[in-house]
Amino acid sequence: MTLHSKITGAVSGIAVSCIAFAAQADVLFWSTQAKPVEESQAMREQVLSGAGEVDYQPNDPGPWITRLNAELQADSGTIGVLGALHGDFSAMDPDDLVDLSDLGVMSASSTFNDLSKLGTDSMQYIPWMQASYIMAANKEALQYLPEGADVDALTYDQLIAWGQNVMTATGEAKFGFPAGPKGLKHRFFQGYLYPSYTNGVVRSFASDEAVTAWEKMRELWAVTNPASTNFSFLQEQLLSGDAWIVFDHTSRLAQAFNERPDDFIAFPAPAGPTGRGFMPVLAGVAIPRTAPDMEASKALVAHMLKPETQIATLRATNFFPVVDVDLPGDLPPAVTAAGDAVAKMSGSADANPGLLPAGLGDKGGDFNRVFVDSFERIVLGGQDIRAVLDDQKGKLAAIMEETGAPCWAPDAPSEGACPVE
Amino acid sequence: MNARILPYVLILPVTLFLCLFFIYPFVLVSQQAFQAADGGWSMENFQEVVEYWKFPISMKNTLLLAAIVVPVQLALALLMATMVSKMKKGRDMVLYIWTIPLGISDLAAGIIWLAIFEQSGFLNSMLHGIGVVDKPVNFLTYQNPWIVFLAIALAEIWRATAIMLVILVAGIGLIPKEYYEAADVFGASKWKQFTRITFPLLRPSLQTALVLRVILAFEIFAVVAALGGTLFPVLMGQTYSYQFDLLNSGAAAAMALIILGISIGFTLIILRILRVPKGASI
Amino acid sequence: MTDAAVNDVSVDTRKSGRFLYGASVVFLCAWVIVPIYFLLINTLSSPETVNSFPKPFIPEFDFGSLQFFAGFSGMLTALKNSVIVALLTMIMSIIIGAPAGYALSRFDFPGKGLFRMLILLTRAFPLPLLALPLAVMFIQTGLDDTAFGLALVHTTLAIPFAVLITFSLFSGIPIELEEAAWTLGCTRLTAFTKVVLPLILPGITASAIFAFVISWNEVFAAAVLTIENRTLTAFLLQNLDTSPLHLKFAGGFILVVPALIFIFAVRKYLFAMWGIANR
Repeated sequence: MTLHSKITGAVSGIAVSCIAFAAQADVLFWSTQAKPVEESQAMREQVLSGAGEVDYQPNDPGPWITRLNAELQADSGTIGVLGALHGDFSAMDPDDLVDLSDLGVMSASSTFNDLSKLGTDSMQYIPWMQASYIMAANKEALQYLPEGADVDALTYDQLIAWGQNVMTATGEAKFGFPAGPKGLKHRFFQGYLYPSYTNGVVRSFASDEAVTAWEKMRELWAVTNPASTNFSFLQEQLLSGDAWIVFDHTSRLAQAFNERPDDFIAFPAPAGPTGRGFMPVLAGVAIPRTAPDMEASKALVAHMLKPETQIATLRATNFFPVVDVDLPGDLPPAVTAAGDAVAKMSGSADANPGLLPAGLGDKGGDFNRVFVDSFERIVLGGQDIRAVLDDQKGKLAAIMEETGAPCWAPDAPSEGACPVE
Repeated sequence: MNARILPYVLILPVTLFLCLFFIYPFVLVSQQAFQAADGGWSMENFQEVVEYWKFPISMKNTLLLAAIVVPVQLALALLMATMVSKMKKGRDMVLYIWTIPLGISDLAAGIIWLAIFEQSGFLNSMLHGIGVVDKPVNFLTYQNPWIVFLAIALAEIWRATAIMLVILVAGIGLIPKEYYEAADVFGASKWKQFTRITFPLLRPSLQTALVLRVILAFEIFAVVAALGGTLFPVLMGQTYSYQFDLLNSGAAAAMALIILGISIGFTLIILRILRVPKGASI
Repeated sequence: MTDAAVNDVSVDTRKSGRFLYGASVVFLCAWVIVPIYFLLINTLSSPETVNSFPKPFIPEFDFGSLQFFAGFSGMLTALKNSVIVALLTMIMSIIIGAPAGYALSRFDFPGKGLFRMLILLTRAFPLPLLALPLAVMFIQTGLDDTAFGLALVHTTLAIPFAVLITFSLFSGIPIELEEAAWTLGCTRLTAFTKVVLPLILPGITASAIFAFVISWNEVFAAAVLTIENRTLTAFLLQNLDTSPLHLKFAGGFILVVPALIFIFAVRKYLFAMWGIANR
């Protein structure tokens, strides 16, 4: 290489970096995840520090969707990258999201990659991170475990008996359930209770097995802290001692383990007659068609999928990687505890994994409402189970027919819309 | 300037401003309420939200809450305003303290009052400390709907009485002291002074305070969500749930219009009852 | 003898009356302050204490939670933005609102009822629903992500207070006062500035407080319409409810304090009205 070419190379290098610098407005990362102030701070300082100028802004779903829709309607945007749950993306028009198939990054799970196509042929978002729902308990509660019960292989009956024992001993109902306004109770019914009792969600919605499942739910509710209708983040009740045995999202339990790791244990969700139902949580990153700087946005999406970013994300948010990574040994206690529980759950002999609802489009909220309404009417309102299920069944069938969504596991596959039997 | 044109000149800025930033988006949103799934005009959305099983409960809860909270706030604000008007020492400080809740948003108020009423909260700590209860009582549960209601009402009274207080205090300040001095000379009792002087002369302020408070009472949401959880559905909570959980903006707009209708109804009633007589002057 | 007895009784009732009066003032002050004191306790407690039972009633002065926010990037900018937006809101709502309040109190004109309804309706429709068309409009006009744009929306929220409060106060000022000034050679304008304006200054202050506080506490529009120029409320409050308890309380406390300082700062104008009452 001649001196001359070296100089031109250096000059153009400087020029390129200058241009890059000038055009480098912050990429706005508009997210519904990692909202708690500590997590968003960790996202900014650790996960995104090496990704150039990124403005990470987590929002409530309300402002999140309002701003996004406004930019799409105005055909002019500031949002560079979207971070949200699978359900948020599936409620969007796929045309509003940039096709990311040629980006060259994807998750290690073909199931997740398929989900991210949102019913099209190309990837509309890239799977970003995953989590699940698990059980956790205060160690003080362990002494009341029913005889012969293994905490890592509980059944629903044993869980109810356990709650009963705790109640008898302490005089208080200490099972905690996320039934508050922001609680994720619908996922318990869709991914845990129904699969464990009916081996389905949609097809078996109003079956006789479903009646049994709701009867069990009533029994469980009898040993549940009645203030659960205010609980949305069970880490709070674990820490305050208002609840000893709880069910929630792994990242909504994390603070309890990180603050007092020796006081709590995490373990798999219970099993019913048709296995140990459980369900993943999948978050993704996507680019809206109005993104101001497409290249920078794509670079950020690619950055989020790098193994080291994924590990940093795990530390920051307690969401697990979706790509193959070697987990380091010094992870926070919450990550270790939750990771073990999820591994035991998916590795159990009677595991009955469910998938996320797919193909529901913007009816995902209505779908959740069917389950939440059933819960409020059956368990809180004390209405007749059969009558409520028969009534809600019509609404569920209408949603399935309108969207034409095919069945997803554990329901048996369907031709066309998933039928409510 | 011509006295016939002057009022219009004076209200022009507000009208233009509101047309741009309120009427324009309002019309766009309201249209959605009357739009059917196929794009035509229909009342489908209204039918949908009214037939939902939680609608009657939300309606009852919202009205009941307003019916209890607003009169208590009015009485309390009147009491506080008259008390402070008699004060000689420390009036500034007392009035400042009483207006503090003005600065607290409903979200923050929800956080504060939940810390009081929750199972391991301050109320239980207090009851425990003085030995009334052995272990914390669960107040906010579905078995005690009245306690939940009471907690929400207390939090609302705490949070929003100051709005009325400031308006009334400003109004009372305009009543000339001579009226009371004259009443004293004639030996009128304090109660008589209140009913014969303060109350009638305070009408314009009372009207304003009540109307604003009632409208805001129908929009109550954040405090209810914090304390009542899912136990106490209110109209505004349903509206937000349609808009942001179900992504059904037509139904949300229909709910909002229903709330608007109720607000207009009550506003008209209050304006009627507390009519400021024409040419009202002291 | 009988006279003395009567006097004694009335002294007694007056005494007990005064005691009752004093006691109620103290009680009402406590009613307002105690919940805020609880917030202070939780703010100045370590995470363990926040989760403990029974709760302490004396703060332990642990500044950990507050320190966390002190290190939070962007807090100061957000605070500055909040103050700017709130001040703009205050100024605009009064300049635009007060004339209308005066018109409503002094004139009878066709369309008055309709106008009043329009003002009130502004508060009877939830802003989060209006935010989408407003945001589209702002993006198209370039008002998006500016303090001024957000202040415009907040002004819409504050205007009903500004108009109605000034209306009720103007109504409380006898028109004869103005008329007297006219006969003494004042024009409508000078009569207004020399006679009426000083009288309603406290009322203006009251509506200024409302405007400031409304803008300060508004979350939704702020979250949607500002990106780089986030206000403190949008920055903090909407993420608080998902945050750990101790940070929830500390964040709430940080939001409350500036509003309290503002009310404290303008209180003497608000309370200046007592001097007027003694005219």
